[in-house]
Amino acid sequence: MEISSDTFLDNASAALRDTDKAKRRDFIAVTTTERREAAIDKFEGFDALRSHIKRIRQHSLNNLAHYLEKFEQEAVQNGNHVHFAHDGAQMNDLVLDICQRHGAKRVIKGKSMITEETGLNGFLERGNLDVVETDLGEYIIQLAGETPSHIVGPALHKSADEIGELFLENHELGDREFHETENLVDEARGVLREHFLKADVGIIGSNALIAENGYSMLVTNEGNGDLCANLPDVLVICTSIDRVLPRAEDATAMLRLLVRSATGQPQTCYTSFYSGPRRDTDIDGPVETHFVLLDNRRSDILTSDYREMLECIRCGACLNHCPIYASVGGHAYGSVYQGPMGSVLTPLLTSLEESSALPNACTTCGRCAEVCPADIPLPDLLRNLRQEENDTKLTSSRWRTGLKLHSWFARHPRLYQWIAGIVIPTMHFIAGPRGRLSRLPMASGWTSKRDFPAPESRTFMQQYNARLRKNHEQ
Amino acid sequence: MSKPQQKQAPPAPKKRVTLFVTCLADLFRPSVAFACLDLLEEAGCEVVVPAGQTCCGQPAYNSGDREAAIPLAQQVVSLLEPADYVVIPSGSCTGMIAHHYPSLLTGKWRERALEVSAKTYELTVFLQDIVGVPPRSNIAAAQTSVTYHDGCAGLRELGIQNQPRQLLKNLCGVEVDELKQSEVCCGFGGTFCAKMPEISAKMVDEKIENALATGATVLTGGDLGCLMNIAGRARRQGKDLEVRHIAELLANQRDIPAIGEGH
Repeated sequence: MEISSDTFLDNASAALRDTDKAKRRDFIAVTTTERREAAIDKFEGFDALRSHIKRIRQHSLNNLAHYLEKFEQEAVQNGNHVHFAHDGAQMNDLVLDICQRHGAKRVIKGKSMITEETGLNGFLERGNLDVVETDLGEYIIQLAGETPSHIVGPALHKSADEIGELFLENHELGDREFHETENLVDEARGVLREHFLKADVGIIGSNALIAENGYSMLVTNEGNGDLCANLPDVLVICTSIDRVLPRAEDATAMLRLLVRSATGQPQTCYTSFYSGPRRDTDIDGPVETHFVLLDNRRSDILTSDYREMLECIRCGACLNHCPIYASVGGHAYGSVYQGPMGSVLTPLLTSLEESSALPNACTTCGRCAEVCPADIPLPDLLRNLRQEENDTKLTSSRWRTGLKLHSWFARHPRLYQWIAGIVIPTMHFIAGPRGRLSRLPMASGWTSKRDFPAPESRTFMQQYNARLRKNHEQ
Repeated sequence: MSKPQQKQAPPAPKKRVTLFVTCLADLFRPSVAFACLDLLEEAGCEVVVPAGQTCCGQPAYNSGDREAAIPLAQQVVSLLEPADYVVIPSGSCTGMIAHHYPSLLTGKWRERALEVSAKTYELTVFLQDIVGVPPRSNIAAAQTSVTYHDGCAGLRELGIQNQPRQLLKNLCGVEVDELKQSEVCCGFGGTFCAKMPEISAKMVDEKIENALATGATVLTGGDLGCLMNIAGRARRQGKDLEVRHIAELLANQRDIPAIGEGH
């Protein structure tokens, strides 16, 4: 994962200047949240199921080693190969090795955030493989040479016109015009079909690994996952160790929350369970199947104060409901994970030094935690990361000193009130009849974009004490 | 998040209320604190204003400096402990004291914080749910249209939504013109607005646009942080929006200039 989140503020600034894209983001922020709300309203028992899933996820993580072992055992029993990758580089090596052993040239991929995390596409391409993403959103950003702007809708930031231009540039299909979005979808379907039929290896992700039977569950709306899984001779399922759940019914229970939270649908168009390679009696399916399970610091997160982050089911609801994500878009985060979940996860998967702005990209408004189907206290986790930044002096010394000073004065009420009794009337005097200040020393962050409402004459404490004295005298 | 309702004390002639005015009201908008005094006295309460109050420690806490926040939290807990009821004209400071103190503090201090938490109420919750102030008789028909901004902490940590609207109706005859996207943050976020001013400005612009779209002339709310952010941006952009704390409206104090307006 290449991180450019240390430039979050510059990225955000550039994003805000692009007013067309900003409008598009505002529109999406309204529609995605409305869709989710409608789906949750119709679905009785969201809260009850949420607590149920929380318990299951906690239980799975508390017994992660046991369930991973169980999953491995069952999956091997079903004829799969199971590999564990310590980090992204090891996962990429394992996948390339599988491809090379089969003399593969062409790889097709279903949507997988884990392979985005490890930068698998670039790695395989450098190994002379031809890699094609087959999820429409992923395909679009692959053509554009971009990273996902949203964990569920990777190309949500692209307009139909932009997609049309990309297709005209990349598909040699002669002169044509795209009148409707459907024209674009039809063209992509036609182009991708050729890739499906020619591919040697299919790579997909997983929404859940089921320990009791060694199956992997995947949801898609385009059916591309099934084509990737069934047409090529070799299937590789790339996911992370935290996806494991004890039972099949846990996976389907989670699904009921995941899909509603993600897209507002009661169910995705396709829900698939992959058991393993083709059996003698099967007429199709892959001949060889592999699971590559990534750790990449998740074992560390498991034993840290951020353990709850591993309960995330990757629905994207926190992105959709985050006003900062809506304002600046996913690319500003400089990571394949964006919004509140990304602002927690990115520093944990990389380092706080590389992504120190992200935990601060939060007003603690709490909307993400309110909608999170996994009930993760995202604002608290972000606050804890800010605590680490403060403790390791990653926070600027200006802020740290300012807050320390403020707290020190606030702990000395008489001194605080005495100083306020001088500063406040002075501010009032300087503001004069305008009632506001356009500049304020040490508050340029505020006054760069807003006026500062001037204080009313004297502090409350001054006025109240004067009133008490007067009453006493009378 | 609702908190356990305190059991009603045996019938007493007057509820003894300790008013925590918040640092923003103390420093920048004393009329909010005076409006609270009036409202609580009108509601038949005896009000005490402890002299040693400064800040609840929220800026340090949210910025990740617990070391600085803890002594402030302890100071506030000690200050508020003797109270029967604590009333605060801010959802955000109430959330800090009632919701975050018990997780910030440990041991004996946590127990003491929990006791304070159980008797701490945001102003509109106290007036509407605890006192149950009756509608004022002969309210003149409302002259102005009002929209209400739900502060995030009040809305999501304390579940405040109906109380301010009901009070505006009962005490001022005002039916709130609802904001679109009312549950979305205004971009204040404490130090956030100063750390990421550009993003904050985009968020507050949206709030102001939605407020103006209601046709209301007054925007009110329960949190001075949000209101100073909204008013400060509206003034900078030359937008015509009268911004006032809900306590001022409920106490009929519209004769003083609105937040950020001159005299």
